[in-house]
Amino acid sequence: MSFIGKSIQRIDAVSKVNGSAKFIDDYYFDSMLYARIFRAPVPRGRIKNLDLSAAEKLAGIKGIFTAKDIPGANIVPVVEKDQPLLADEVFNFAGEAIAIVVADDPDIAEEGVSLIKLDYEELPSILTIEDSINKTVPDICSKPDNIFSHYKIRKGDFEKGFKSSDISFEEEYKTGYQEHAYLETQGMIAVPNPEKTITVYGSMQCPFYVQEGVSEITGYPLSDVRIIHTTTGGAFGGKEDVPSIIAGFASVPAVILNKPVKMVFDRAEDIMTTSKRHPAWIKFKTGFSKAGKLLAIKVEFYFNAGAYSTLTPIVLWRGLVHAMGPYACDNIHIDAYAVATNTVPCGAFRGFGTPQVIFACETQMDIAAEKLNLSPIDLRQINILKVGDSTGTSHDLDESVGLEKSLHLAADGIDWKNKFIPPSEKTGRKRRGVGISTLFYGVGLGAKGGMLRRAGAFIQVYRDGSVNVAVGTTEMGQGSNTVFAQLTAEALGCSPDNVTILPIDTSRVPDSGPTVASRSTVMTGNAIRNAADQIKHYLLLGASELSGKPEEAIELIDGRVLTAGNELKISFIDVVEHCFNQRYHLTSQGWFKAPSTSWDDDTGLGNAYFIYSFVTNTAEVEVDIETGEVEVLNLVSAEDFGQPINPKMAEGQIEGGVIQGMGYGIMENLYSEKGIFINPGFSTYLIPTTMDVPLVKPIIVNEGYSKGPYKAKGLGECPLMGVAPAITNAIYNATGIRVREIPALPELIIKQKKE
Amino acid sequence: MGKINFILNGKSVEFNCPDNWTLLRMLRDGFRLTGTKRGCGKGECGACSVILDNKIVNSCLILGNQIDGTEITTIEGLSSNGELDRIQQAYIDYGAIQCGFCTPGMVLATKVLLMKNKSPNLEEVREALSGNLCRCTGYRKIFEAVLSLKDEK
Repeated sequence: MSFIGKSIQRIDAVSKVNGSAKFIDDYYFDSMLYARIFRAPVPRGRIKNLDLSAAEKLAGIKGIFTAKDIPGANIVPVVEKDQPLLADEVFNFAGEAIAIVVADDPDIAEEGVSLIKLDYEELPSILTIEDSINKTVPDICSKPDNIFSHYKIRKGDFEKGFKSSDISFEEEYKTGYQEHAYLETQGMIAVPNPEKTITVYGSMQCPFYVQEGVSEITGYPLSDVRIIHTTTGGAFGGKEDVPSIIAGFASVPAVILNKPVKMVFDRAEDIMTTSKRHPAWIKFKTGFSKAGKLLAIKVEFYFNAGAYSTLTPIVLWRGLVHAMGPYACDNIHIDAYAVATNTVPCGAFRGFGTPQVIFACETQMDIAAEKLNLSPIDLRQINILKVGDSTGTSHDLDESVGLEKSLHLAADGIDWKNKFIPPSEKTGRKRRGVGISTLFYGVGLGAKGGMLRRAGAFIQVYRDGSVNVAVGTTEMGQGSNTVFAQLTAEALGCSPDNVTILPIDTSRVPDSGPTVASRSTVMTGNAIRNAADQIKHYLLLGASELSGKPEEAIELIDGRVLTAGNELKISFIDVVEHCFNQRYHLTSQGWFKAPSTSWDDDTGLGNAYFIYSFVTNTAEVEVDIETGEVEVLNLVSAEDFGQPINPKMAEGQIEGGVIQGMGYGIMENLYSEKGIFINPGFSTYLIPTTMDVPLVKPIIVNEGYSKGPYKAKGLGECPLMGVAPAITNAIYNATGIRVREIPALPELIIKQKKE
Repeated sequence: MGKINFILNGKSVEFNCPDNWTLLRMLRDGFRLTGTKRGCGKGECGACSVILDNKIVNSCLILGNQIDGTEITTIEGLSSNGELDRIQQAYIDYGAIQCGFCTPGMVLATKVLLMKNKSPNLEEVREALSGNLCRCTGYRKIFEAVLSLKDEK
């Protein structure tokens, strides 16, 4: 292998460092117009009258569009079709879009928005999980009892499990919103074409979702809607489903006015009205034998879905599958609910429903270790999944389980043996402690992924030996295009320098599903290998004809042609030229369907995902017990995501994800008053800055997966998920203060200290 | 609307700037220098950082008409004849780039730091880049890139 496990330079590095990379707001089209949005002022209401007259009179306004103007269906298609693009008659959360204002200048469009007068009747609303469960207002969503989704696991006999337990205990946990805070806000440009087709450019994770969304809104068939991905400035799940909405806001005026329309959100609007990580309320009970064996788990948890279901059903399902943690346990009883409120619809965020349940599960483990008088490492050693074990959903693991290795590497990485000292032995105002968490994570969409569990790739080799690759999953900063160039070069035998990964274009590749769930490397990587194998067949034939050596004796590596380890006088380019002269087909379509999974909704058992990645996080903190301030000193993350394709970029994923996890655990808090976020900016919603970040030690644990491309699994989400409980467990170890709610802000720690 | 003259990336330029345009909008919409990014429009993220008379500033907080007579450097002015500045090369070599949206501002803030302090230590690097948010990298590889540029003499 020549390019697998090599830290080659990012293929988009130069354009990003010299300012020439074009993000969506950097595109200008002739006679382009600008859209801004008029929004609902309170959480729930009935529209009585919308007075557009003053806005329409403003010079520069080109049109104002409401629900009745939408040429196709007023639907944002995600899992259900319950969300309109523009509220019609009733609005269900503060900030919901009601009208699109279009002008030849963005400032004029904004002024137009301010001149619209809405006459409305405020309706009773629900703002919290508790009120939604109690149905203080009935029927606020499309499903009965204010419940969008309910999933369950029924494994073994949990009551018997608790009876046979030597210790058992129940705790309650709460987790807050998390805002993605991608540095580039949401944006799209819709460009109408002659013959009633449309091209939409923009910042997104899932071009095929956007294609479906624009098709619904315009009424155009999918074949006439072309989506082109532009350089995307971070996404983290926030650009999974939301871009379909942004594309709708641009496309409605574009097709009606027959002009290009740019819709780029401003920061406050982006924070106030687009998806977030679901807040959660979790009741968690665990039972153990004296020796520390996990005997029973009972969990009931609720996610605040917001006003529409968006991606909530699958976020909830992923939370369910991971709620019991990476432990073998025979008796499990879990109920997971997603409830409606009149707040912003929540959706995908790196980890997708899992960080919430991991926080609860890993705090339980920490409490249990103390009750059992075991070290948190030893308690995990007894219970963690190993090859031959079965997951909480009864998936028998037969390969690629690197959790035990990661447990010990992460413990050693933070010097656990010397630093884990009980809180009772600590004195002084500033106290240090260490904490740990372990997790597993299903790669790809899993058993609920349906028809989306596939990916395509298109490869074309040109006469000069250069190679174009079109893929269906997107680069958003994580480095996937560089990984794809490495995989292509490895599979074809050329240099990655000769490979160009084309901008994603829905007209070039078949629907490859979304770019989510840490699935790109496995899914698109395997599609690329499938495409490359078809071309490689001809390259080997050509090389054999040119050299007179048998095909099976020839190797193509990095543009060189080898036989029995000796380089021949012909090169990759010579072989390509020969193939062209012979009219061999050096263009191919690759395809990959995800390995099989299974699921039973009644029991909640099955092979939920085709493979799992594994992580252990350790943290060292210093807590000021007078102020409650927490300084994170060290974070270690030991991760098994199979073979790393580009280790330096993988480390970058770990370092960045771990810091997002730290933000989730102790810094990032959205405050809301009467259902409206009151801190929609970076001076009030605090994400980690250069001043906040500790030393991060990334450790790569490589337990290869036989069906992954060159034994790779998935990695993108792994780094974030377990950091919060590693930190809060470290806070306990430092102070004896148990954190059951995140973000663990200083005021919360002081409050807990008093209790 | 007023006519202003200033030096932009080493060249004298003249521009009729609408009164309500920020320096950011003038650079982007007026000069199509789109390497300067709009991340928040409120001086909170640093993506729009440019160098104004050897100081790092948020171009979203300055009106276009305020810069008459000054010298401005944007990311497009950092590399000459396609040759990358050594700061840009270090960001590439150390893997300090992910989505790239914060990168132009981060690189320019680094430039100003190194103009003033040829051998910054880690704490000085943290301080100098504290106005530039990055959501992807966790900053470690950015620190490594900047520290690699220390003048050891």
